[in-house]
Amino acid sequence: MSIPARPRPDMPAPQPVEGTKVSGVSLAGRRVAHSLPRASEVGDQVFKFIMLLCGLAVLAMLVLIVYELTAGSGRSWHAFGFKFFAGRDWDPVNEQFGALPFIYGTLVSSLLALLIAVPLSIGVAVFTTEMCPVGLRGPLSFFVELLAAIPSVVYGLWAVFVLVPILTAYVGPFLARTLGWSGMFDGPFYGISMLAAGIILAIMIIPIISSITREVLMVVPQHQREAALALGATRWEMIRVGVLRNARAGIMGGIILGLGRALGETMAVTMVIGNNPQIVKSLFAPGHTMASVLANEFSEATGDVHRAALIEIGLALFLVTIVVNAFARLLVWSVTRGQPSRANV
Amino acid sequence: MSETTNTAAVHTVAPIALRRRITDHVMTGAAVLTVILVLLPLFAIFAYLVYRGVGSINWAFLTQTPRPVGEAGGGMANAIVGSALILAIASILGVPLGVGAGIYLAEYGRNRFGDAIRFTADVLNGVPSIVIGIVAFSIVVLYQGHFSALAGGVALAIMMIPTISRTTEEMLLLVPQPLREAAYGLGIPRWRTTLSITLRTATSGVITGIMLAFARVAGETAPLLFTTLGNQFWNLKVNEPTAALPLQIYVYANSPYDDWHRQAWAGAFVLIVLIVSAVAAVRFAVRRGTFGAA
Repeated sequence: MSIPARPRPDMPAPQPVEGTKVSGVSLAGRRVAHSLPRASEVGDQVFKFIMLLCGLAVLAMLVLIVYELTAGSGRSWHAFGFKFFAGRDWDPVNEQFGALPFIYGTLVSSLLALLIAVPLSIGVAVFTTEMCPVGLRGPLSFFVELLAAIPSVVYGLWAVFVLVPILTAYVGPFLARTLGWSGMFDGPFYGISMLAAGIILAIMIIPIISSITREVLMVVPQHQREAALALGATRWEMIRVGVLRNARAGIMGGIILGLGRALGETMAVTMVIGNNPQIVKSLFAPGHTMASVLANEFSEATGDVHRAALIEIGLALFLVTIVVNAFARLLVWSVTRGQPSRANV
Repeated sequence: MSETTNTAAVHTVAPIALRRRITDHVMTGAAVLTVILVLLPLFAIFAYLVYRGVGSINWAFLTQTPRPVGEAGGGMANAIVGSALILAIASILGVPLGVGAGIYLAEYGRNRFGDAIRFTADVLNGVPSIVIGIVAFSIVVLYQGHFSALAGGVALAIMMIPTISRTTEEMLLLVPQPLREAAYGLGIPRWRTTLSITLRTATSGVITGIMLAFARVAGETAPLLFTTLGNQFWNLKVNEPTAALPLQIYVYANSPYDDWHRQAWAGAFVLIVLIVSAVAAVRFAVRRGTFGAA
């Protein structure tokens, strides 16, 4: 009945797998002395069974999510099929639903967030692991991780009343002057826009990407650094060749994990993106995302098809984030050798 | 000619080219700049929370329910209590299941099946909270026929379980194996060892994990939007729509009224203070208490 001892990488290394010796002893004792199982063994079986149920609950939650989302979106799927993801019209009154503007908004805002967050997070991680005085390391990572503890709605509140005015007053005009030719910063700018959503998302995913990058950088063996330095590399060359190159896969995992978070982020985005389902090239224009349309319309869905269409958007969002997260987890696991990530994401 | 080679030999290490040294300094500067750029919004957010929040908190805010639309005054007392109610429901459902799953993973889950649960928990951690809201809506609100605090609690519990199970597992694995063996040696049954020795030793770590999960869901708004819905009045019934602090902040921030904006800041400040003090209080209690260090 004891589980075969199979060494796992995330187990503290030299310890024997629990239960092997001991249950062997008690089994032998039972064979000799007792014809009935002792009370404690019944207790063990019951306890294990209850714990197993708790473990099964985790699996059941996933099954439940998948079931409810597929069952709930059935009507929309029958009505629109694959056209749902290509349609540009979102008209609850006439029951015409196409999710393309939301998919576009989710992708653009998340990619914009990655564009801003990735260099910043890697810079912070490199600074904390390779450059800063040891005494500063702890406080610095603590402060960055404090960013992760702020609720999404508080980010949204801050974005609406502080970030958006700054964007309209300074950043918007500057971008229009310098990069206006690209067409990305065209038209009137009222602050509430795809740009604002991308920036607030970037601030929100920096802690995830930087804490995972830091974790990955810390498992790069010290002799890689020493070897690079011994060959006469400057500190930056050592970081580039000895550290970053070795940590590529893990950093990629952190970035993808950040992407997963950005894709599903709801409140802060819906407060600043303008909630207008349109596909426009300019980042100054308002947009809409898959998560924000759910937040805006779900509780007031006008009919069954409308609700089903929203649930289908939720299903798509769920599937995308599952794939993105699973991929990222595997990348991070491959680098940190299965040690559970200390960063809570 | 031979003289120049001689001097080069004396140097033994060739001087690093200027370009490489400049690159080194530039990259160091860039890294420092990124740190400043990341910490800037953090400090800006906290500064604004304190600046706008502290000035907006008054007795009425903490003791009264919201006034009708457009009328100044009133407060969020019902939302604070509502949040406590929803979080209590979430904890009652989520903590035992999460800890139980963690025990299973640490004590019995060293196999393929345990790996499957582990991976599922990690993946569930990344599911967008708004999607969890839809699921809670489908299983509780549609079943009951109306919005309720219970539905919000279920949604938050679903979000807590994966985090708690993983941190519990991690903490239990830190407990030294000889401790378990000593207990077995004394003839203590395995279940009793797990509960009274292993779990007990890891208590402070497990509670920290629970608090992290708690702090994470305490500020969640998205899964409450269409589960608890919000309420302008007092409610302590599990089966009624309930006000919640994050929801109220969201509604007030989106409103056109200055007084409601003021209250949104006050609410955000209270929310942050509640989250931070809950975590700090438990950590303090755990460190000082008789639980023993993990």
